[in-house]
Amino acid sequence: MTDIFAKHQGLREAYEGLTAASPRNPFEVVIERPISASVGIIEGRETLLFGTNNYLGLSQSKKAIEAAVETAETMGVGTTGSRIANGTFGLHRKLEAKLAEFFRRKHCMVFSTGYQANLGTISALVNKDDVLLLDADSHASIYDGAKLSGAQVIRFRHNDPVDLEKRLARLKDHTGAKLIIAEGIYSMTGNVAPLDKFVDIKTRHGAYLMADEAHSFGVLGAHGRGVAEMQDCEDGIDFVVGTFSKSLGTVGGYCVTNHDGVDLMRLCSRPYMFTASLPPEIIAATMAALEDMQGRPELRTKLQENAARLHAGLQKVGLKTGEHVSPVVAVTLETVDQAVGFWNALLENGVYVNLSLPPATPDNRPLLRCSVMAAHSPEEIDRAVAVFGEVARHFGL
Amino acid sequence: MTDSVAGISGMIIEKLLANPKVPRDIDGNSKIVEDLAFDSLAVMNFVMEIEDELDVSVPLDKLADIRTINDLAGCLHTLKVAHA
Repeated sequence: MTDIFAKHQGLREAYEGLTAASPRNPFEVVIERPISASVGIIEGRETLLFGTNNYLGLSQSKKAIEAAVETAETMGVGTTGSRIANGTFGLHRKLEAKLAEFFRRKHCMVFSTGYQANLGTISALVNKDDVLLLDADSHASIYDGAKLSGAQVIRFRHNDPVDLEKRLARLKDHTGAKLIIAEGIYSMTGNVAPLDKFVDIKTRHGAYLMADEAHSFGVLGAHGRGVAEMQDCEDGIDFVVGTFSKSLGTVGGYCVTNHDGVDLMRLCSRPYMFTASLPPEIIAATMAALEDMQGRPELRTKLQENAARLHAGLQKVGLKTGEHVSPVVAVTLETVDQAVGFWNALLENGVYVNLSLPPATPDNRPLLRCSVMAAHSPEEIDRAVAVFGEVARHFGL
Repeated sequence: MTDSVAGISGMIIEKLLANPKVPRDIDGNSKIVEDLAFDSLAVMNFVMEIEDELDVSVPLDKLADIRTINDLAGCLHTLKVAHA
């Protein structure tokens, strides 16, 4: 009998090599419980959380918690069905209307996760006759959506409008639809996309443009509508996709657009149709978090201040970070061993960040990915920077 | 030199040898993943460099069938002829 797991031998060797050299398994960190948005108990110790995506701290929003409790008590804890069968409650429609209004778009579809929002939107929009042009550093959900769609996939160099235009020019005789996909903020590096330049290009070449604002929703733009709002190019973005599991602190995803054709996506997007819809208490909490976010624009100001403080602090202690000041601040290291040692030392000294390893990182180099929250105090940021500095000195960096 | 599969194969080998980590004894029959120890991301990034030389774009699904340097050269040649 063929060993069904034989194909994972290479992965097993890499995994065992990594975990053997590390005092703890980086893939099995347990946050025993959060104490607040910025502090959790890990290995029995109070630990500063600098590796979440809880940018506005709304996972702990009082209003969202109350809404979830009240809704669970009155409606139960699940829908037990698909959006196209028994899984659409009044609340789902209400959230879609609220999001469409927030983004100033005609239509909104809510998905059960952010991953499924990309899978469901991309696979419904294009098929084998079409071409997808993806930023080379796109999230796995975009690549997976592309695969599910069956469309031809062409990568363009990360954040490079000239390269994108070159590739579109090569497609001038292609008769299918062309869809460009870029992210607002890139999750691993914190880089911000030049969406305004992509809008110019897509207009000249008769293509559509989809922006994944997962990490920029609630974070950038005067109202929190993301990079497109910040760069004043929202009208040129055909489809905006995002998630509730970052700035809104819950779970779920969405796609908003002005294209009327999107209504039929509800009948052909398999990741939308063939899964259970979000439970009512999650929808209620998400709506409350959205209202909380809209009512407290100062959270975004605080987040930007905190991002600048962490970015400058890490640079000051001599670490290599990306050039963009955004809530994702990634410290680039040279070797996996160095990154694993550094990450363990940070955790032992009370700071949790994400250890990101190749091939999930650009340039084949490991990253210590930090994310900042509006909920971090200046003292917490300074403490994290000080620990980074001590560990860097210990490793001779 | 990039008008034939052999010419493109030679150009690919020249580019690969510019990377000191690549074994010195590669030829057109060398397997990209096994012999060159490239992972899937490294293959995609390397193909991007070649694309610019030939002014073609290789759709990702085409990469799934490519094992050797000559396979890649053949794929690029086909795309270049179709694009011309």
